[in-house]
Amino acid sequence: MSSRLWKIFGGLKLAGFKTMSMEHATQDAPLAKTLVLPLKQHIGKAAVPVVKVGDSVLKGQLIAAAEDYVCSAIHAPSSGKVTAIEKHLIPHPSAISTTCIVIETDGKEEWGKCITNTNYRQLETNTVRNIIRDAGIVGLGGAGFPSFIKLNPGSNNVVDTLILNGAECEPYITCDAMLMQEQSRKIIDGLNIMRHALQAKHCIIAIEDNKRTAHTMLVNALQEHEADYISVVQVPTLYPAGGEKQLIKTLTGKEVPSNGLPVNIGVVCHNVATAAAVASAVLEGKPLISRYITITGEGVDRPINLNVLFGTPFSELVDYCGRNNKAEQFIMGGPMMGFEISDDHIPVIKTSNCILVQSKKTEPEYVMPCIRCGQCADVCPAQLLPQQLYWYSRAKNFDKTQDYHLFDCIECGCCSYVCPSHIPLVQYYRFAKTEIYAQEQERKKSDIARQRHEFRLFRMERKKAENEERKKQKRELLKKVNGEDNNEDDAKKSAIKEAMERVKAKRDAQSIAPKNTSDLTEQQQKTIAEVDSRRKKVKEES
Amino acid sequence: MLSTIIAIASLAIIFGLVLGFAAIRFKVEGDPIVDKIDAILPQTQCGQCTYPGCRPYAEAIAKGEADINQCPPGGEAVINELADLLGVDPKPLNEEHGEHSEKTVVYIDEEVCIGCTLCIQACPVDAIVGAAKLMHTIIENECTGCDLCIPVCPVDCIYVKPVSETINTWKWPLPENSINAQKETS
Repeated sequence: MSSRLWKIFGGLKLAGFKTMSMEHATQDAPLAKTLVLPLKQHIGKAAVPVVKVGDSVLKGQLIAAAEDYVCSAIHAPSSGKVTAIEKHLIPHPSAISTTCIVIETDGKEEWGKCITNTNYRQLETNTVRNIIRDAGIVGLGGAGFPSFIKLNPGSNNVVDTLILNGAECEPYITCDAMLMQEQSRKIIDGLNIMRHALQAKHCIIAIEDNKRTAHTMLVNALQEHEADYISVVQVPTLYPAGGEKQLIKTLTGKEVPSNGLPVNIGVVCHNVATAAAVASAVLEGKPLISRYITITGEGVDRPINLNVLFGTPFSELVDYCGRNNKAEQFIMGGPMMGFEISDDHIPVIKTSNCILVQSKKTEPEYVMPCIRCGQCADVCPAQLLPQQLYWYSRAKNFDKTQDYHLFDCIECGCCSYVCPSHIPLVQYYRFAKTEIYAQEQERKKSDIARQRHEFRLFRMERKKAENEERKKQKRELLKKVNGEDNNEDDAKKSAIKEAMERVKAKRDAQSIAPKNTSDLTEQQQKTIAEVDSRRKKVKEES
Repeated sequence: MLSTIIAIASLAIIFGLVLGFAAIRFKVEGDPIVDKIDAILPQTQCGQCTYPGCRPYAEAIAKGEADINQCPPGGEAVINELADLLGVDPKPLNEEHGEHSEKTVVYIDEEVCIGCTLCIQACPVDAIVGAAKLMHTIIENECTGCDLCIPVCPVDCIYVKPVSETINTWKWPLPENSINAQKETS
């Protein structure tokens, strides 16, 4: 493998503030009394609870299952009892409460059954992916996309390079660096499993060149493995070198196409922490229930990395690290891409990599008009035109923002950082992106409404036609019945007539005359005539 | 002179045939502009525009019988899009037809419902389930918020509620709002 590196466009050299949280080795955070586990800690649909209130759970037991493809299962981080399934604040910029499973821990830390798979090389790649899916592993770098999907190259793609992202370029955050120092072997195990799942040819572990210890530890661990397909590469310290697209460009010189995925160009990128989680899941049978998280900033006396069970409230971690009077503002994630959370009674979730505790800025930065200096365009790593995007986002001209490739923006915040007018540019892009998503949703809903309305009209039309048809049929039936009756009468009459005619014809043919009219005496004839005349008279009188 | 006349006449015949053939071969079924207008309308099917649904309103706009500012659920956004599509100037919403408000859905107070099925018959998108003398309920996901079921209910057990915001529907606010707020507080 060539060790040539390519240069990315733009970017910033930022002060790191990383050493302060790296002075001490990572510690296990104290077990919290209650753990609050949101059903949605990842990108995709929320998981569906499989436990009831009052159930006892063991550590690592499945408590919410993934019922959708883009979804991730959730496991009990510790043994205890489910005390509630209720709405709770979660780390999200919206400050909206969502459904969470609340577990009261019993302190026994009793593990459920763990199925180990040390012979993963003999397993089908699909089986490996299923193990990873069932372990609830999502991208731990920050986005939280279910990892098993990214470990499935699909039938049309061949993965040439698997990149493990250990660049961690954002200031303050050191959890990946500490993980690489302390768990280098596990990371390489995880990398091997991921390589097996993807059938990738080469693997690169990328580390920023300011993390020397992590680099040394990984190189040492690699020597034991004698894996010549893995190389550890140092990339220049530059923000945002750790962005997926930027890292791929730096290492391979290839650019991910707009609206495309890295796998389209034969590259897959995973975070180092995800690799460690994969190793735990496959080799030890342990689902994802904890992660390294950096607690840092001027608001804590002892900035440190902690190994934290999901669901632990931020407040307990901040207390553990020595909360001081500067602890006023809490940011989840780093200062560039993180977001402020309203208060610290919020649980740690799978995507929480850092809690930055700092004092509130006393002087608000006044936003001035854009002076078209162009500094934002100089630093944009996605090579966009931030000014244009700003104008169009502000004017809510969302079609235009998409013409200027709004969705290629990685929200790194470089443009806002350099803006001399202090315009919160990224906020505008986020606003525009969510507006566009909402419009898209709205459109889909209105399409459904249109279909339903059209179907209703069709149904009513059909019902009317059916009624009409039924009435018609009934009418016809009635008519037919009446008609048949008439015919019957006719038939009877004609039958009688026919019979009478038949009799007459027969009589004529045989010429049978009544016998009592012949051979009468005169006296008799006279009497007949008398009777006849009397009858006639009676007839005339009446 | 004669050859010119013949040449031009034969050209005219040839082009006439080609155009005639194209007119038959590539005939467009229906009116595409109606479809385009219908695609913009919010499909609430509420009838506030005085037409019995979104499509009849779209047809009326296409014929020039109706104005583009008669759709309160669509509001300014729909008016602007229609103005864009039809090449006319956008105008403010005609208030005779109602005011634009945030999207709402209705719900049925199931305790009170007597199961008369009147609302089921009124619903333009079949978003109400129930049967005669049995309780009815709204399929919230399918409700367009047209409120047509409210006036027909004999026991007034249908209420309007705003669509609750979830993590999936939450939108980042426009920053200017927060900047102005910042200035006011300082």
